[in-house]
Amino acid sequence: MKDQFVVPARLKKTSFVLMGVGLLTLLIGLIAFQGENATRFWAGLLQNSSFFLLITLASTFFIAATTLAHGGWQIAFRRVPEAISMAVPALAAILFIIVMIIVFGGKEHIYHWVNAHHVAEDKILTWKSAFLNKGFYTTATVLTLGLWIFFTLKLRNMSIEEDGWDLKPETGRKLLWRSTVWCGGFIVIYALSVGSTTPWVWLMSIDAHWFSTMYSWYTFASSWVSGLSLIALFVIYLKKHGYLTYVNEEHLHDLGKFIFAFSIFWTYLWFSQYMLIWYANMPEETEYFQPRVWGEWRPIFFLNLLINFITPLLFLMKRDTKRNYTSVAFIAVVVIAGHWLDFWQMVGPGTYKHLVFPWYELGLGVGFVGLIIFLVANALTKAPLVPKNHPYLKESIVHHT
Amino acid sequence: MAVKNFVVGLFDDEAVLFPAVKKVRTAGYKLHDVYTPFPVHGLDHAMGLRETSLHTAGFIYGITGTTTALTFMSWVFNVDWPLNIGGKPHFPLPAFIPITFELTVLFAAVGMVMTFCYLCQLMPGVKKHIFHPRQTDDKFVMVIELTEKSNAEEIKRFLNEAGAHDINEQRAEAGWWYGRYDKNDEDIYARPANA
Repeated sequence: MKDQFVVPARLKKTSFVLMGVGLLTLLIGLIAFQGENATRFWAGLLQNSSFFLLITLASTFFIAATTLAHGGWQIAFRRVPEAISMAVPALAAILFIIVMIIVFGGKEHIYHWVNAHHVAEDKILTWKSAFLNKGFYTTATVLTLGLWIFFTLKLRNMSIEEDGWDLKPETGRKLLWRSTVWCGGFIVIYALSVGSTTPWVWLMSIDAHWFSTMYSWYTFASSWVSGLSLIALFVIYLKKHGYLTYVNEEHLHDLGKFIFAFSIFWTYLWFSQYMLIWYANMPEETEYFQPRVWGEWRPIFFLNLLINFITPLLFLMKRDTKRNYTSVAFIAVVVIAGHWLDFWQMVGPGTYKHLVFPWYELGLGVGFVGLIIFLVANALTKAPLVPKNHPYLKESIVHHT
Repeated sequence: MAVKNFVVGLFDDEAVLFPAVKKVRTAGYKLHDVYTPFPVHGLDHAMGLRETSLHTAGFIYGITGTTTALTFMSWVFNVDWPLNIGGKPHFPLPAFIPITFELTVLFAAVGMVMTFCYLCQLMPGVKKHIFHPRQTDDKFVMVIELTEKSNAEEIKRFLNEAGAHDINEQRAEAGWWYGRYDKNDEDIYARPANA
């Protein structure tokens, strides 16, 4: 049984090439987008860093949610989301640098509430300034990033530490008890950050006059379904290379069901946000959808719905497609690309306004993909792929949907 | 529907039942059914039952609901009784979506429940033979149909070796009939077997 992952030279090379493309794009962007155009430079960075950070963080959420639900089926591949979550610290650091430059750089490329004169003349922004100010922004960012990293590392370290324990009923109970406690703590933090404040400050404050109470949940749904797709992709990759002996179609089927269900969940939130604003038809709310539905971004708006709702809905409806490695890999790539597009249309219209071919944004995205592959592959080598002392391991091995 | 002869065996444990089911199929006996007190994972595969088509039916009911909702609402608000509601267009798709969704779910759910009952032959007033009263309580009941090619004594021996107990031979109606469980109408068995 192959239980210890070794990074194949090809994967390493691929990750370096992808990272190279990303860095090259960043350099070209730095030269191409000067002065007023620098908005696009920072918007692309904000969009990609927040998207890829949130989809890797979804792995920590996956571990926490399945642990709290006392799920057993995921234990056979639990080291995969653990390894993906190990990309969180690096991506969080990148995002932190980017947003700090955006906020404290003295320019209003992304957030126009950073300008004190502007806020003083603007009634809405003055009223919101208790929330939308540099101090709150920094505190919220530091707190959430710090707590995410702390809990992610804690869960991973506990899991690796448990490999050295004796397999006894007491140790099994202790293992379950302490992981339940720590996962419970993380869920609270995650709900208060990704489910509430974080998307408001990072992304919704781009359109500072506008607000939507659905926004955070909508962002969460986007990152969660792409995070599940990311887990599925790594599981399939490892399976195809002869690892994860205990994982079979049954586990893949459950991951596929998750992707299917949360694609619909995303649509539900997407529509809930849209319909209320459409129905009330109040200018301060419809302003957000004006460029997206009736402006230049119209094709992207509908493409978003096509890729993220119609495609997974019809494709994953059948049992066989959820149980086939190739077809799940295909739809996982589609879903990740689709939600990347979703983040693009969340950031783009509020910052650089015009619909452009996203070569720069895509290039950066490719770089982030390379970085994630590199970090995750590295983290996978650090521990055996099966947490052999987990009390639910047997349940996962005999899992049957 | 027909009255047939069966050999019935009881099992105490699903761990004994599973190998027995596999052995019945390799031995070539005609497995009528296996009754269990709770759903047993993988038993349908062991029995060689085909994958159910219930979900395909559900999909068809679902899209029927979708089209019903959309066509009916468009007809009402565009043809039959056009009203100006808050200045919205006469075909306000976003406003139609919740109702369309609800009707899709309703059609799919009700349709699937009814199809399920039809496939399982469940209905008030529909009665079926019960091979052993404890088949819904704590026993696993395996029923093998006697055909011209099989011999009752041989099957009994076979079931005994496979770990069954209370093995007996029964003459019973294989399908359903109109009747009530509190009324005795077992005269149905007076009909000759395999007739």
